[in-house]
This record gives sequence, C-alpha cells and structure tokens, in this order.
Amino acid sequence: MKLHEYQSKFLFRDYGIPIPQGQVAASPAEVYDIASEIGGIAVVKAQVHVGGRGKAGGVKLARDAEEARQHAENIIGMNIKGLTVERVLVDPGVDIKQEIYLAITNDRGAGKPLIITSMEGGMDIEELSRERPDAIIREHVDPILGLQDFQKTFIASAMGMPRAQWRAFGKILSSLYLCYSERDAELAEINPLVLTGQGELLAVDGKVIIDDNALYRQPALTAERDTSGEPDSERQAREAGITYIKLDGQIGCMVNGAGLAMTSMDMTKLYGDADGIGPANFLDIGGGASPGQVAAALRIILSDENVKCVLFNIFGGITRCDEVARGILTAYNEVKPDVPMVIRLQGTNAAEGNKLIDDARIPNLISAETLTEAAQRAVAAVKEGG
Amino acid sequence: MSILIDKSARVLVQGITGRQGAFHARLMMEYGTDVVGGVTPGKGGEWFEGKPVFDTMRMAVETTNADVSLVTVPARFAADALMEAADAGVKLVICLTEHIPVADMMKVLAFCRRRGTRLIGPNCPGVMTPGQAKVGIIPAMVATAGNVGVVSKSGTLTYEVGFAMKNAGIGMSTIVGIGGDPVIGTTFVDILEMFENDPETEKVALLGEIGGSAEIAAADFIKNSMTKPVAAFVAGRSAPPGKRMGHAGAIVDGGEGSAEEKILALEAAGARVAANPEEIPGLLN
Repeated sequence: MKLHEYQSKFLFRDYGIPIPQGQVAASPAEVYDIASEIGGIAVVKAQVHVGGRGKAGGVKLARDAEEARQHAENIIGMNIKGLTVERVLVDPGVDIKQEIYLAITNDRGAGKPLIITSMEGGMDIEELSRERPDAIIREHVDPILGLQDFQKTFIASAMGMPRAQWRAFGKILSSLYLCYSERDAELAEINPLVLTGQGELLAVDGKVIIDDNALYRQPALTAERDTSGEPDSERQAREAGITYIKLDGQIGCMVNGAGLAMTSMDMTKLYGDADGIGPANFLDIGGGASPGQVAAALRIILSDENVKCVLFNIFGGITRCDEVARGILTAYNEVKPDVPMVIRLQGTNAAEGNKLIDDARIPNLISAETLTEAAQRAVAAVKEGG
Repeated sequence: MSILIDKSARVLVQGITGRQGAFHARLMMEYGTDVVGGVTPGKGGEWFEGKPVFDTMRMAVETTNADVSLVTVPARFAADALMEAADAGVKLVICLTEHIPVADMMKVLAFCRRRGTRLIGPNCPGVMTPGQAKVGIIPAMVATAGNVGVVSKSGTLTYEVGFAMKNAGIGMSTIVGIGGDPVIGTTFVDILEMFENDPETEKVALLGEIGGSAEIAAADFIKNSMTKPVAAFVAGRSAPPGKRMGHAGAIVDGGEGSAEEKILALEAAGARVAANPEEIPGLLN
C-alpha cells in the first residue's frame, strides 16, 4: 500500500524526523488560509500516487497566499496520468543548500534491510544509480540486531556528509529505520532530504510503501488507505478475496495459481499480438474455486467492456476439475455471459470435468485440451467476433 | 539419489491438526512419505493417523528424531513456527504459508542461517522426489521418477510443466518449488548447484517469473558453473510494470525484473528458453 507524500512525511514527523510545517487542503480557500499562516513563500503540491507530478504541473511555488490560491485552483481537480488530484500539500518554502537522498528498503536478494543514501539527491534514484553509481552508499542492516551506531558513522563518513551534520543525520537514520521496521515498510524514502542554508536537515519529500501482507497489524495506516487511484473492478475483487489486475486486452483470463495466470496471459499475447489481441486481466482464482467464487470472478471479468472472450485455464492438482466444471456451469447460469468462453480443464478428474461442460451443450462454449490450443482458440474467437 | 529429500526423510508437520495440514499430511503419507508426527500447540498427546501430536517442536524432534519439518500454519503464526523448527534443530524446513510479512521473513532467514537450517519457501508448493517422498502439496499425478531436476517459483505452473513432461515420457529426479515471495530461504542458484552435484540429475528445467533478479543470478551460475543442460521458461512477458501479479515478489519495479531481461540473460548463458511452457519437454530432448 502506497502512502501519499503528506502521509509519509507526517509519519516521519511522528518518529522525530524534521519536516516542513505544512498542511493538507482540499480547496483553494483552505490553501489560501494555510499559505497566509505560512506567510512568505509556499509550495503547493498535488497528492497523487504517480511519479512525475512536478513535470505535469502538479507542484508550484507561490510568493504569497493569493498566488498559492491561484495555483490550487489549477492543481485541485487536475488530471495527472489518469488520476484526479483531490488534495494538495501546502508547505513553506525551504532555503535549499544541498539535496540528499536517503532510503531504507527490503533487499530481496540478500534478505536484509538496505540503506541507500547519496549526497546527490533530488533526482530519481534509478537515474542516479545509472549516471553516478559511485555517489551512492549502500549498507545492509542485520534484521535481528537492527541498525548500529558504528554503521551510522560509517554511512555519514562514506557519503561525504559534512561533520557538523553527522549527529543530526544519525538521528534521522535511526528514526527512519525505526519507522521502516515498526510500520512494516517495503520502502521508506526521503528525497530530497534538504540541508538548508541554516545548516538544518529537513525531509522535504517522502514516500512510504507498506507491505500489504503486514496491513493486519497496521490498523492506523490501513484506515488511511486512499483507493481513488484503484479501478472499481480491482477494489471489488480485493474485497471478494480474488487477485485481479485490469489490463487493456480483449481476452478475460480466469486461472488457478499466480504463475499459471501470468503464463496464460502470456500465451494470449504470444498468439494474438500480431493482431493486436492480448490479455484483458490477471486473475488468480486460488486453490478452492467454489461456484460462488467463480461467479464473482466472472462478473468482475465481464465488467470490463473490452472483454470479447473469456479463457478459463484450470490445472487441477489438489483441485478437482469436475468440481471446477460445476462451478463454471453454475456461474454461467447466474451471469449469462454473451461472449464466447474457452474452457481448458487439465489434471485431476479432467475427463469428468470436460464431460460435464460438453453435456451442458452451451453455445459459445469452446473446449480445449492444451494451454496452447486454449490460447489459440481464444484469439480466434476474438478475431471472429470482430 | 536425489536432492533435499528421499524416502529416508523423517518428516514433522507443524499445524497437522489444521484443515490444510491434516489434508496434505494424509496425502503425503499415502505417497509413502515417512511422516513421524506433528505439532499443534495445545494438542500435545493427541494422535493423527496413528502418529503422535506434540505441543512443541523441541519435544517432537527429541522424541521422533525428525530431520524435516513442513510448516502449514497461518501467516500470523508462521514466522514463529519457522524459528521454532530451526531452534529445534531440524536440517530442512519447508514453508507452504502465503502472505507472511517480509519483515518477519528477513528475521527468520537470518535466524535459520545462524542455526544452519535450510529453509525452502515460504509461499511454495514444497519438494517432491518422485517415487520416494513428497513434503508439501505437489500432486502425485504430475510427476514420475527420472533424471530431470525441476525448480520453480510457482505451484500450478510447475504442475502444468510436470504433467507435460510426464506425458512426454520424461521423469524427474526432484521437483523443488522455491516460492514466489520477495524474500525466500533457498534460491534458484542454491538448487541449481545441488542438481549440478547430484549424479542422478542429468538435465534441469527452471521455471521463473518477473520480479527481482534471481533468474539473472541463475543465468550467471548456469554460464559459469553448470555442465548440465537447462531448459527454462519465464512467466510474465505480458505483465505491466509496477503491478504485483499475484505473487508478492512478482513485480517489475523501477525497470528491473522484467521477463525480457531474464530471458535474454538465460539465453546468453546457454539455457534453452521456451516461449510456451508446453515446449519444455521438447527442449529437454
């Protein structure tokens, strides 16, 4: 779960990391009031879950409250990469002497927390690591022991932090590590951490991503979830306990298991790409695939108007194909889809399952034996349907 | 021979009285696995299919002399169960549980390394040495004994490929599901090394997916340290960046972990990469 900039920074503040004393607003009038209180230069920043806000005109500097209000008029309601800006953060302007990058993330390969920092902050870290890899310091933390003092000194020294700031930087490092570990973050990033003209360190922008699997023990953060950037269908699926991701192709896919679900998508693209045909979604129905779940998943897939064909690919291991077939038939009778459906059942009790499907004699229902055949038939069905 | 498990493995099931644990423990016993008992805190002294149930792993290992444990407990209790297994001294712990927080897994992995315990998973279907033993949920029908080692991040995709291989008359030495989570106990490279050193494994099938760089590390290992031929498939060519495709680890992030990048690396290392998993049996011939 991604947190907005303001949520991330307010979380950092709770852990004792200095941030600009800004506030969130949803209307230009509120922005005017906040900017008046700041008195002087203010920054109006769109709060949306996409990168490149600045380039899209979602971040503006204002000399006074009136100018801040005018910027807010433009930014609130603005569409940035398909997302509507509903809130802005109004921060006081900061006297920037230097921009620093600081983040803590999970290093998948090492299985340890990794601190990544650089005196050359401000830009995107991927860009920085391509262009100036030597300017980046990386330090692993022992997940059982936690961050040690000597590591803080090493990091500050190796990155070239001025000695006068070591103490303040060390405190920020400890606070950020505590925030990252207590809040189950996958990423806790400050970019930039600004060294001001007055010699202070200030977290001017922040990004936190929380591990979805740990949300059960983070009730305060879960309550702040902003679902406005999420398609309705994905939200419905999440609430029904089905993993669904909307894509822009024409073949709706219903598969058991994440790896096989991705593979089935790939197959529709492998055989359909030349004709502009591909997967309409990722959907993992899971192990059980009860009739109720199949019906819910089928409704979600068909709520996408682009879907011209539905491909069922079920490999029954522990799951029995005859049970899945009954689930599909029940779902079919409930949902009555008007697009063709290609059904491929393989594995345990596949023969019984296929017989149930065949005996139902449903028009628009195409059976297939292999994954290759199923993908090819789904592509052909989309082509025929025009 | 085989890798990780054979018919001599003495297996405990943590969570044996739970619905999942009981179901799969029975299937493992039917397959011929030597399940010596189980653990469910609060149910010590009960019996499961004639095998003793213990309150703690320590007591279970002392009594049964088990060397492998299968963890089937829910995500909230799994990290504790894994550390309990490592603490009790089993050499191999296999974890089926999905949705364990990464922060917990990083601690578990560090602890297992300290104890010298090998961890497989989490979020994996387990390990099967066809004709000898299975620890996990891989269905008996997808495998037959032979000389191809199979290592995979995914469950049903492994069954799909295993079934296709079996129908083509190709048998397997051992099938290992390493799991689809970002932080896992055993990587592709660890398993490739075991297959390379296993006299009964002649060829290897590797099933990867988007996210992380484990397939890139595997490609380096294949190139520099493997003599046995490898056929591979990487799922997720059609997956958009920035979206998590079901498995917690399956996400292309910041331009890293794409299927194309992994396919190119594997091909450059000399592996035969299939565009369609049903081509794998052909590539192994």
